Parts: sequence; C-alpha cells; structure tokens
Amino acid sequence: MIKVTYIEHDGTSREINVEEGVSLMDAALDNMVPGIDGDCGGVCACATCHVHVDPAWLDKLEPMSETEDAMLELPDSRNESSRLCCQIKASPELDGIIVHTPVGQH
Amino acid sequence: MTETTVIIGGGQAGAQVAFSLRKEGFSGRIVLIGDEPVLPYQRPPLSKTYLAGELEKERLLVKPAAFYDKASIERRLGETVSAIDTQEQLVSLNTGDALSYDHLVLATGGRVRRLSCPGADRINYLRTLADVDAMQDAFVAGARLVVIGGGYVGLETAAVAVKHGLKVTLLVARPTVLGRVSSPEVGKFFEAVHRKAGVTLCCNTGVDAIEQSGDSDKVLALVTDSGYRVLADMVVAGIGLLPNVELAQAAGIVCDNGINVDEYGRTSVANVYAAGDCANHPNPIYQRRLRLESVQNAIDQGKTVAATICGKDKAYAEVPWFWSDQYDLKLQTAGINSGYDQAIVRGDPESRSFAVFYLREGRLLAVDAINRPAEFVVTRNIIAKGIVVSAERLQDESIPAKALGNGLPCEISAKTTSQASDMSQEKVA
Repeated sequence: MIKVTYIEHDGTSREINVEEGVSLMDAALDNMVPGIDGDCGGVCACATCHVHVDPAWLDKLEPMSETEDAMLELPDSRNESSRLCCQIKASPELDGIIVHTPVGQH
Repeated sequence: MTETTVIIGGGQAGAQVAFSLRKEGFSGRIVLIGDEPVLPYQRPPLSKTYLAGELEKERLLVKPAAFYDKASIERRLGETVSAIDTQEQLVSLNTGDALSYDHLVLATGGRVRRLSCPGADRINYLRTLADVDAMQDAFVAGARLVVIGGGYVGLETAAVAVKHGLKVTLLVARPTVLGRVSSPEVGKFFEAVHRKAGVTLCCNTGVDAIEQSGDSDKVLALVTDSGYRVLADMVVAGIGLLPNVELAQAAGIVCDNGINVDEYGRTSVANVYAAGDCANHPNPIYQRRLRLESVQNAIDQGKTVAATICGKDKAYAEVPWFWSDQYDLKLQTAGINSGYDQAIVRGDPESRSFAVFYLREGRLLAVDAINRPAEFVVTRNIIAKGIVVSAERLQDESIPAKALGNGLPCEISAKTTSQASDMSQEKVA
C-alpha cells in the first residue's frame, strides 16, 4: 500500500491508500475521486484520466510512452506536469505522491 | 412530487445515464433495469484482456456497487421488461411488477447476429461476460479454435487465442477483414499480421454447416461453402450486432436501424429517450444519421440524454472514435469513413506504424491509425473544427502529425450546425 493524495480543482484534498500495481486511475475511480472519467477503461485510448502531477514527483514516474504523449494533446489544459493516470501504477517509490485533478475531462 | 427516471438496459450507456443524471442534479428516483445478472460492465475488454485472463472481473465494472448505493440508483438486475405503455407511462417487468415513469431511457443495446446454418447452435458468441466465461474451459493451449467473422471481435479473439497457444482458423465471408468499417489497405495489413502470428485465415469463405466429426461429440467439423471441412474443438462467431428495438417498436416508437432519436436523444414519443448501441441519431458533422456500436457513443450519448432530462439541452455532436488492441498493435479510428473517395497512406505499413486517412471530395472524413496515436488525435481535432487539409499535406511525413491541422482555414461551423439541425428535425418528425 502506498499513499496517494488527489487534490481537486477547488482545493479539496483526499489521501487514499493504493495497492501496489494498481493504476492511479483505477484507485481514483474505486474511491469516487471526482474529475477522473477513465472512459476507455485504462488502455490509453481516450485521455479522460488527465491529471497534473505535483512537480516534486514528476521525475519519479516512468517516462511516458509515445501513445500517452500523443493522447495528451487532447485535453486543453495540458502542461509540463500532465500525465494520464491510467499509466501511473502505484509503486513504493511513489509513496506520498500528489496529483491534481481537473474540473472535468471534456 | 418526486420524478422517476426508468432506464431499460444495464450496459455502458444505461450506467452513464444514471450517473450523469445525478451529476446534472436530478434528485428524483432512478431505476436501472438490466437483463444480465451483473452490474453494468465494460464490454471492450471481453475480447481482449479479459479473454486473455489478464483482467479481473471486478475491473470490468463501469462502477463498483457502492457507487450505486451512494448515488441512490436502484438496480433491477436479471430482470427484463415485457412491455412499455407510453400513454400511461408504465413499464411492465417479467416479474409481474410495473414501474411508472416520468422519463424513460431506452439503453437496450444490441444482441449478436447469429448464423443460421445447420449445427449453428454449437457456436459460441462473444457479447456478454457470461459468453466469455462459458468459453474459458475450452480456451486452452493446443485446442483448435475456429473464429467466424473478420470484424473487431473476430480479430481480437483470434489474436488472444493464438497468443494463448490455440490453433486458430479465421473464416471471413468478405474479401478482406475489417471490410465493413475500414478499407482494403488496412484489412490487408491486418490479414498479414494475423497470418504471421500463426492464424490460418481464409477470406471469401462462408460456413454452410457445422457437424459432429466422427464419434466424438466434442470435435466439430465446419463445412465451408467452398467444400472444405475444418475441424474444431470450439467455434466462436463475431458477425455483427442487431439493435434491440422490439420493445420500442411494440410501443409505437419510430425505429429504423435502431431507435430513432434527435440530437438531444429524444425518441418520437414524449418523455422517452434512447442512447448507446440501439440509438440511431443525427450527426451534424457528417450530416447524416448514424447508429454506432462503441464506448464513446454510449458515454457521450448517455451524457446527452441525462442533460436533456434535466432541461439542459446540449446537442450530441461528437467525432466518433473507436479502438482495437491486437498483438503489439493499437488501431485507433477517428471519424466514419463511409463514402470515401480517396485513401491516403501516411507511413510505411511494413514498420507496423502508419495511418490511413479517408477523404471525400478533398475533405477529411476519418483515419485508421495503427500505432500512430498522434494522427488519431489530430484527426479528431481536424474533423471537429472542420479544417481543410490537403491530401499532400496529410501524406507529408516532414510535417509532424500534431501540426497537420495548424494554420489552415476552418469552414464556418455555424452553417454546418444549422443544416444538420434542420436535417434531424425533418427525419425525426
């Protein structure tokens, strides 16, 4: 188990225990974190699980695939901290990670 | 007085309507009726990761059970609707119960098209969770599997099976695979991919009969229309979907290849809506009616219907999109290529990374992007914004994919929208 903090657009913060190997998208959906849709079920096909990763944690993530990079062109609010959280799997190095969720995914 | 919305259909669209209603502020009663005895689940993984045994059942659910309780969504699972009375606004169930509604949503989806040849009762189909679970015992390495149908389901099933060690034969009635939704260029590519992976693939081949082979009642022989016999331990067919329109038809709701709705998801009868695979709707981008079988459509049209019920009319006007995972390949389709007069290939199919753009009269209709997500993304934007991009530019790999739509004139979308709106009123009325 690691701790993941999801911060909503209005500042609401919630800390969730996530099993290793589970994606931050599945964890968000399992715990009713608003702002994450995950329409395609987590196969990097829809870009509706866009989050902004706290800059302190960006370097600890696996580099993004070409597919994720391309799919991130869909959300309007992309910036250098953008990731699709279906592609972030909970691992010990990410214990304490903070991600910011957008107002909505469309 | 509290309003009640009854949703018939416990699939992706039905679940979407239910949750979107709450998101839009609907405070009345919501009843979701599903004929399968399970909560709404995602169907795309059934022929992909779930069939491969890589995904747990719980992960298929659109939402966990606790969400329905929290959102006060009543479920009547494993129950079917026997009739709709649109005058009395009443839904009758097979259990003998009746539910009155203020708003009724038909998210009845579709059922598999079945083969009708002799012995066809021995064929497995792949539409429901129960269908896949029933296949698992025979889905073992070394078994002979015959797949009938070269669409998404047939190809994905063949890919998973051959990777799993089954001996796979794929029989396709059409001249190429993906014939209904793609192009010969893409079809031929996928044929080569499957053959290279070890699938025996026969196009232009129909099935005349399925017989018992010899004494064993476990071994089947498929008799093809060219007279060959193909032995199989299991037969799976994926030959298309029929929209479930019978309830709507019996209730006097206008249906024509699906349940007809307008851009707000309203059927021809007041207070009755439809969404998802069963709904034939106008698309303002293509200026024609579409009936789509996809997650994107189920979700986006579900949102549209929920908004309409809450009095926040927002026309459904999305660029359709689809995906298919086979081996190391991700096929992503944006748009509908129907009626194209030019296919432009960008990149080299040999590299297993290329895109085929479809144009009609110089206008981009759709793309099939194989391991080319950037082309998929940019095409969605180009079509949505009505940008005109030349065939030469689309083909030119010196221009990065994401820049293909940059700096080019847009068509005036207001004109498109108003024309489409006229069209839909005409057709739905």
